[in-house]
Amino acid sequence: MANDLARWQFATTTIYHFFFVPVTIGLSFLVAVLQTHWYRTGNPDYKRMTRFFGTLLLINVAIGVVTGLVQEFQFGMNWSTYSRFVGGVFGAPLAMEGILAFFLESTFLGLWLFGWDRLPKRVHLACIWAVFAGTMLSAMFILVANSWMQHPVGYKINSQGQAVLTNIWALLVNPTFIWGYAHVLLASLITGCLVVLAVSAWHLRKGEYVESFHRTAKIAVIVLIPTIVIQLSVGNQLGVIEAKYQPMKIAAAEAQWTTCQPCSFSAFQIGGGANDKTPTEIIPIPHLLSVLATNTWNGKVEGLDELQAQYEQKYGPGNYVPDVFIQYWSIRVMAYLGTLVLLLALWGGWLLLRDRMRNSRLFLLLCIWAVATPFIMNTAGWLLTESGRQPWIVQGLQKTAVSNSPSVSATEIWISLIVFVLSYIVLAWADLVLMLRYSRRGMARADAEAAEPVAGAAPSLTY
Amino acid sequence: MQLHTIWFILIAVLWVGFFVLEGFDFGVGMLHRFIGGSEIGRRVCINTIGPWWDGNEVWLIVAGASMFAAFPQWYATMFSALYLALVVLLVALFARGVSFEWGGKRDDPRWRTGWSWALTIGSLLIPLLVGVALGDLLHGLPIDSQHEFTGNFFSLLTGYGLMTGVTMVVLCLLHGATFLALKTTDEIRDRSRAAGRTIGVVAIIVNIAWCIWTLVVIGGGTVPQPTQIFGVIAVIFATVLAGTNEDGWAFVASGFAIAAAIGQIFIALYPNVMVSSTNHSYNLTVNNAAAGHYGLVVMTVVAALFFPVVLLYQGWSFHVFRRRVSAPPTSSG
Repeated sequence: MANDLARWQFATTTIYHFFFVPVTIGLSFLVAVLQTHWYRTGNPDYKRMTRFFGTLLLINVAIGVVTGLVQEFQFGMNWSTYSRFVGGVFGAPLAMEGILAFFLESTFLGLWLFGWDRLPKRVHLACIWAVFAGTMLSAMFILVANSWMQHPVGYKINSQGQAVLTNIWALLVNPTFIWGYAHVLLASLITGCLVVLAVSAWHLRKGEYVESFHRTAKIAVIVLIPTIVIQLSVGNQLGVIEAKYQPMKIAAAEAQWTTCQPCSFSAFQIGGGANDKTPTEIIPIPHLLSVLATNTWNGKVEGLDELQAQYEQKYGPGNYVPDVFIQYWSIRVMAYLGTLVLLLALWGGWLLLRDRMRNSRLFLLLCIWAVATPFIMNTAGWLLTESGRQPWIVQGLQKTAVSNSPSVSATEIWISLIVFVLSYIVLAWADLVLMLRYSRRGMARADAEAAEPVAGAAPSLTY
Repeated sequence: MQLHTIWFILIAVLWVGFFVLEGFDFGVGMLHRFIGGSEIGRRVCINTIGPWWDGNEVWLIVAGASMFAAFPQWYATMFSALYLALVVLLVALFARGVSFEWGGKRDDPRWRTGWSWALTIGSLLIPLLVGVALGDLLHGLPIDSQHEFTGNFFSLLTGYGLMTGVTMVVLCLLHGATFLALKTTDEIRDRSRAAGRTIGVVAIIVNIAWCIWTLVVIGGGTVPQPTQIFGVIAVIFATVLAGTNEDGWAFVASGFAIAAAIGQIFIALYPNVMVSSTNHSYNLTVNNAAAGHYGLVVMTVVAALFFPVVLLYQGWSFHVFRRRVSAPPTSSG
């Protein structure tokens, strides 16, 4: 019971936290790009767009930072057995994240926010780029830590049965890390682009500040097209890596119970799940699963039943099959929504070439609603990764079922779970109120902020 | 010196840094409603810490992450033992963290007042709870031979732990008052100096009482430790200077007072990292709680290379915003 509750709490708080992280990474990049345009061209319009989207960034950073605190505390609070076992390896990237990323991000965000009239323009521009670098480093160390749970490398088990680090480079060149990190960074850029695009499209449809928001929509589309194209292939490569190191994950993603060669990919299925091994497959696409899982036309994909037998032999009795329903649908949600975003981006590119974006009301309407897609895809991606690792908390080394804190009771976790959920509802409500408000009416404030200060006057209060 | 001792010292330094830096942020947070006077005054107070509070809070995060990496047993036992206290701490951190960015973003008096109170209460709870937690490390908690906590929420409320929490709150109030006096002008500065004087008198009494209690807990006899003497002198200096024009020195003194208080806990703790009240042979120590040697070497290299850089740019940030904050001639949203 306590274990299940701890899992529910971890899943809830992590998914929630990751609504905000990609926005921070993606938006800080785009704000830095806007400010660089201002620095290069001197066009004051870029300055006010920097401030406009900068405000959205700050509203978002506030909630991302505070929900991130829960993540760091939670390993020790709820997963003390895990923490004792892996701290010597897993803790190192977290400590490095603090020293290399969090200090950078927070200090330079303060300098950027309060430094508009205090710092030379070039230095001030460097501050927002430092913030972006901090967010990228932060994601890097978290992915190093997470990838180690997916595919442990560079460690040994010491005489007390704890994992200790033996090779830090192995963690940094872990293939699961390299491809996973690329995947997360691109996902963050896509999220940032779709947020900027949605806000810009809303104003373009209203006919407000058309020139300004056309500029930002254009930047978003130009960044989005290559990013989503690369992302689809990076996602594919990550699947190949996972098929190699965590074959259960990919077999479950195709609900492939028996070994196949070559393997087809079903577009949809009806039924399926742990108790239904013969779901009705709709539109099987020959060879596609072989290509996705192995990068070869006739590659072999091992079925869940065979893998289960192998794992039982290796690790003893138990159920080693992750939740097939989650795996099957989360990979499809990513693939299908990703394709839709690609089509939207290409349509946007075509409209830009013909200079008709501002008039295409249907395109703009779709852009507004498309803002939901990155959040759904990001969630699906983490569900695929984390649920697909089950029953392991560290692949092959420790099972989730034995890794929670023995001293923390189910009652205590109920209390914390309820407190966190209620707090997060309040935070989400306040965040939504502010994001919508500043997305719609933030330009007046951005104008005021972007105005050149009167010499000699005390600067206005930032908070 | 062995690596795990170096990391114990580094973690102590991180906690000291956290309280010295974020301590005045907590003080300002607790005091801003009472010293600010008006809406503009309250915002002036908040803006004095505006550029820094987030970077200062990172010291807490890095202290926690370093405990995880260098002493996994310590991190695991402490964080699971303090479970419900940490839940409250996290909610306080949520409330306070978002209040900065969100509080001023709507011109609605109820919205602003609500976040202002969130900041006040959050800033009170955080030093209180962290103080209780650090006090409990030294006082001891029921921990068994497997390093597992065997008590419940009420086991955390030790007399010494609570006293440590109260001492931290009072020292943060003093530190916040001297900081506000240093960073503001006119009436707000005058009110801050007056507040610093009054709080300082309380802080002297509380700090002496807490130092005596510490001696009782560690069984150190009647001879005060050097850090304790230094800490008490620093509080007295801060109090005396708080009413004068020497705002900078008063702030330095209150900073040293906090550093001495946190330093005292860690010096008394070593070589333990967490005392077991069940049986002292179950204590977590720098030896039995530490990570592997290679991991510590890697982290030592990273810390030695990058921590000085962090200090440089954080210091630069303090230099950039060194001027006093005053209300603008006309209020703007």
